[in-house]
Amino acid sequence: MNILDFLIPDSVALHYAAADSKDVIAHLGKLLFEAGYVRETFVEAALDRESRLPTGLPLSGDVNAAIPHTEVEHVLKPGLAMATLSAPVTFQNMVSPEEAVPCQLVFVMALDQPKAQIEMLQEIAMVLQNPAIIQRLMSAGDFEEIRAAFSNGHS
Amino acid sequence: MPMRKTILVACGTAVATSTVVAKSIEEILRDRGLDVITRQCKASEVASMTSGVDLVVTTTPLPGNLGVPVIQTLAFLTGIGKEAVIEQIIQALKF
Repeated sequence: MNILDFLIPDSVALHYAAADSKDVIAHLGKLLFEAGYVRETFVEAALDRESRLPTGLPLSGDVNAAIPHTEVEHVLKPGLAMATLSAPVTFQNMVSPEEAVPCQLVFVMALDQPKAQIEMLQEIAMVLQNPAIIQRLMSAGDFEEIRAAFSNGHS
Repeated sequence: MPMRKTILVACGTAVATSTVVAKSIEEILRDRGLDVITRQCKASEVASMTSGVDLVVTTTPLPGNLGVPVIQTLAFLTGIGKEAVIEQIIQALKF
């Protein structure tokens, strides 16, 4: 299993100049909607969930990540959207929401059944724990470079 | 007789995060020969789910005073401080 099994090439935004965290969630949610993976209600639901249950994750390197997602009823089929940001935007820390986390890597997960697509988040977690892959993602200029970054050192 | 311990794993929506954390904890502790089972729930459900539970591990804040030890951690997602958290879990379970 590889993260590329879930990642939708048309739902990847590289060096996206996001105004704030809402902007990047709305943008990736729109790409997932246009690709037919989520319902029209997904963006609003994901924004609402993020405000109540934030998903910012401080990582060990320079780049931090966020993994917005929402309830299964807004999803049509499982898939993954991703953005690298030209500058960090503020998400709140998942475990301590009062803490701001400047994030530059965002994965929006479309999950259509509880507990079903855990490989998707497992693969994301493996990436988050690998600063070398994150560096390659951040410098990637096109999807081929993203594909190469995820393929390297991965079975 | 080996002791079996039960860990309740909580996250925001119980869609993905708690499942990944629970699976990771089970694998690591079972590799060390420790007998654990996990249950999962939303953070908002924890207070009604603690019966028979030895430890709660959560990735989101929980209300206080659950009557069960609680460990808040992102280590199973980010890898940061994972070894220390595993030791904390083993200690809290009193194996």
